[in-house]
Amino acid sequence: MHDFSCPRLRKAFHSATSLTAANLVLMFVALTCSQPANAIPAFARKYGLRCSACHETWPILNNFGLKFRDNGYQIMNDRDAPIWQNPSYWPITFRITPVWHRVSASNDVDTYSTTAPGVITGTAIQQISSSGVDLSGLDFHTGGTLEKNISFFVLPSSDPTAAFHFETVMARFDNLFGSPWLNIKLGRFELNNLLSEKRMVGLTDEGGIYQTYHFIPVADGNIFGQMGDNQLGIEYVGHSYDDRTRISAALLDSNDGNVNLTLGANSYSGFFTFDQAIDTGKWDVQRLGAYAFAGEAATYYRTLGGVPIAGSGIGNKSFYRIGFTGQFYFGPHFDLNVVTQHGQDNAWFGQGYGNAVNTDGNGGTLCSGPPLTNCLANNTPGTTLPIGSQAPVWNGVTFEARYVYSPQLIFIADYELEKMSQQADGPGFTGLNPTGAPGPSPSNLGNINNYNALIRYNPFMTSRAGLAIQLEYTLFHQNGTGPVSPITGFSTSTNSNELLFALDIDY
Amino acid sequence: MRTRLHKWFLLLGAAAFFALPLTSRAQLTTEDIASRDNMESHVAGYTGHVQDAAYDYRRYCVGCHGDMGDANGEVAQWLLPPMWPKPRNFQLGVFKCRSTPTGTLPTDDDLFNAITRGFDRSAMPIWNQFTKYQRANLVAYVKHFSPRFVTEKPGTPISIPPEPEVTPERIKAGREVFARVQCWKCHGVQGMANGPSASTLQDDLGFPIAAFNFTDGTRPKCGDTDEDIYRIFMTGLDGTPMPSFADNIKPDEAWDLVFYLRTFMQQPSKAKEIAKTLNLKPVSANP
Ligand code: HEC
Ligand code: HEC
Repeated sequence: MHDFSCPRLRKAFHSATSLTAANLVLMFVALTCSQPANAIPAFARKYGLRCSACHETWPILNNFGLKFRDNGYQIMNDRDAPIWQNPSYWPITFRITPVWHRVSASNDVDTYSTTAPGVITGTAIQQISSSGVDLSGLDFHTGGTLEKNISFFVLPSSDPTAAFHFETVMARFDNLFGSPWLNIKLGRFELNNLLSEKRMVGLTDEGGIYQTYHFIPVADGNIFGQMGDNQLGIEYVGHSYDDRTRISAALLDSNDGNVNLTLGANSYSGFFTFDQAIDTGKWDVQRLGAYAFAGEAATYYRTLGGVPIAGSGIGNKSFYRIGFTGQFYFGPHFDLNVVTQHGQDNAWFGQGYGNAVNTDGNGGTLCSGPPLTNCLANNTPGTTLPIGSQAPVWNGVTFEARYVYSPQLIFIADYELEKMSQQADGPGFTGLNPTGAPGPSPSNLGNINNYNALIRYNPFMTSRAGLAIQLEYTLFHQNGTGPVSPITGFSTSTNSNELLFALDIDY
Repeated sequence: MRTRLHKWFLLLGAAAFFALPLTSRAQLTTEDIASRDNMESHVAGYTGHVQDAAYDYRRYCVGCHGDMGDANGEVAQWLLPPMWPKPRNFQLGVFKCRSTPTGTLPTDDDLFNAITRGFDRSAMPIWNQFTKYQRANLVAYVKHFSPRFVTEKPGTPISIPPEPEVTPERIKAGREVFARVQCWKCHGVQGMANGPSASTLQDDLGFPIAAFNFTDGTRPKCGDTDEDIYRIFMTGLDGTPMPSFADNIKPDEAWDLVFYLRTFMQQPSKAKEIAKTLNLKPVSANP
């Protein structure tokens, strides 16, 4: 699940200047991308621990679970190698989530003449709702140790039609030279985000991702810097024995986790994190940290017959996202998680250069044709930036508050705000901006407000299997990416909401 | 010493014989346990309270140690000794890792340290990510399961003289102690847990138990500093065949023995370095 191509799909469509009912279709498509991953009854079985020992609620990790993960899925007690397990033990877990949901979004629809049957008189903006039972994909989580201090994780993941891809594939060498400060991971893996998106509980389209981890300015061509997507690369992680201090540095292909070197080949980015937890007595542990994601990615793919050649990217331009993270516990029942972001893309990305090969990450392409439509721009020789182009800059913040009544019952509320502080089409820009209007972009173009609330209940809690019943509601608003106003002819805002009821099965 | 050991084995046999009925007799009622809800701990600068640990106990501990602290959590049945020792039955009030003499109750610090440290070669995890406050409360919670903590006071921690400088003479003297008090009977002459008694060992509840293998790189359950090792054989691991040698080994000799044990262990130590030059032979199993 959590199909890595999906957030990009969505953004790519947002970047098309006019949006139509495609929005609604996308919501359905994107349902497949909104499932978090990584709950492992296999680990619970191996160590005889209940889910609640590692998970605040499954699959969100608590501090013990975080330490377990940082130790390479080991409890560090000389019984970690698989040789100690009963031979019938096999570290595999599967997860699937049937849901019922009602999705509602604003759309342009035709209006009909009341006097002349069948005659279209124009368009109007209407809220369209659809509801029904749906499937998630199926995840096979298999992970653990191959030998003491050699860990692995493989996660083949499907969409609802059972088309599989590898969401995670990694091997990790733990505690090199006997030190918890030396661990090396190689493969495709989730970035070391303190607030993990792969472990989030939200299941709706917009509430099942962290907007802050995927935010890209409207019409921006940089799909490479998405912290929420699993990336290909090599990662160093170090932590203190009690896991209070954690640090990591990763060198990543600038291709947003796409295999086969199709995208952003020859360009790299780095992801760095640090966090420190403090024992605050009765208030539990507070954790404060920071991250930086900085890199370069191609804007020019060499062409043959005008068609961009996969893997030929040059003309690297830079981008970065930096921010603070905080995890504040107020006793055992309440905690607040905060992630801030300050981001900037080079002006070339701002004008839509970047993913010129238009891969969707699953072997297909984003734009269809001929003639090709929805394709992202290629920075071929002689290309110049339009006057008024500038680097898009934005700030974002995610708040996630959790009330843990018991390990079996949790309430979660999220608020996310993404706010542009400088648009790519700046003062002096005379072309059509992404809303379809001439001149500089409106200052609020692309701004997001997202609200999400959910209740999740586990009717039982053992070391063998998991079932969660979830009720969730999401309200999403983005400026300038919605249906075209019949009056002005320019894009209005996207307004959508989703109500969801799910059975999350984990065995 | 030999007669002492014989007597000890007899005792062990008797304990094993009575073990199972004993566990069932030790089963307490919820009311009895609840009557000790006001149990406190005083450790790490906090006063720990039973009710403040209830949530954590349920979240983290109950799967192994059970709702009633009787080691009947849902996973206990899958823990098969000697490879996977059974969880501790808190109702019995018998603990392995103590700074106090054998037969007495541990101090709050002992329990606190055991929870923080975790138990190598067992399913008992390391709980050092908890705040000290949480651990202090858990100590109170562990104690409230056993009436012993109402009727008895914890023992007085044994006094440990300052650690002397390790010398070749001390290591050789330690080897003599190892031979004399017959650690090798269980631990083997090379510390590899293969002494003549090793295969027959059972704990007080009648479960098979392995002696500690000094050579395989694993850590002692009750701590791996020199002082911890001193404490281990001078207080014994109650509930197991690992006895206290407080009556047989003088404090100064005890340090010699610690140094000799270090020569078996993989962890780097000064004693191990010195031993390389000494060419020590294993003690004889037929003195
Ligand atoms: C996965 C199983 C498991 C869990 C969970 C677990 N324990 Fe244990 N615990 C054990 C086992 C097994 C032992 C006995 C180890 C041995 O005897 O070698 C033990 C022993 C202990 C002891 C005995 C110390 C001594 O000196 O004898 C204490 C105290 C203890 N656990 C406390 C806790 C607390 C508090 C928690 C929850 C925070 C907890 N345990 C969670 C398995 C577990
Ligand atoms: C009757 C058998 C027996 C004898 C004699 C014996 N031990 Fe042990 N010893 C054990 C057993 C059994 C264990 C494992 C206890 C456990 O894992 O819970 C053990 C464990 C240990 C440990 C590790 C404790 C830990 O915290 O994991 C040390 C150190 C040790 N013994 C030292 C000694 C020394 C030194 C002597 C001699 C002075 C000695 N033992 C004599 C049976 C014995």
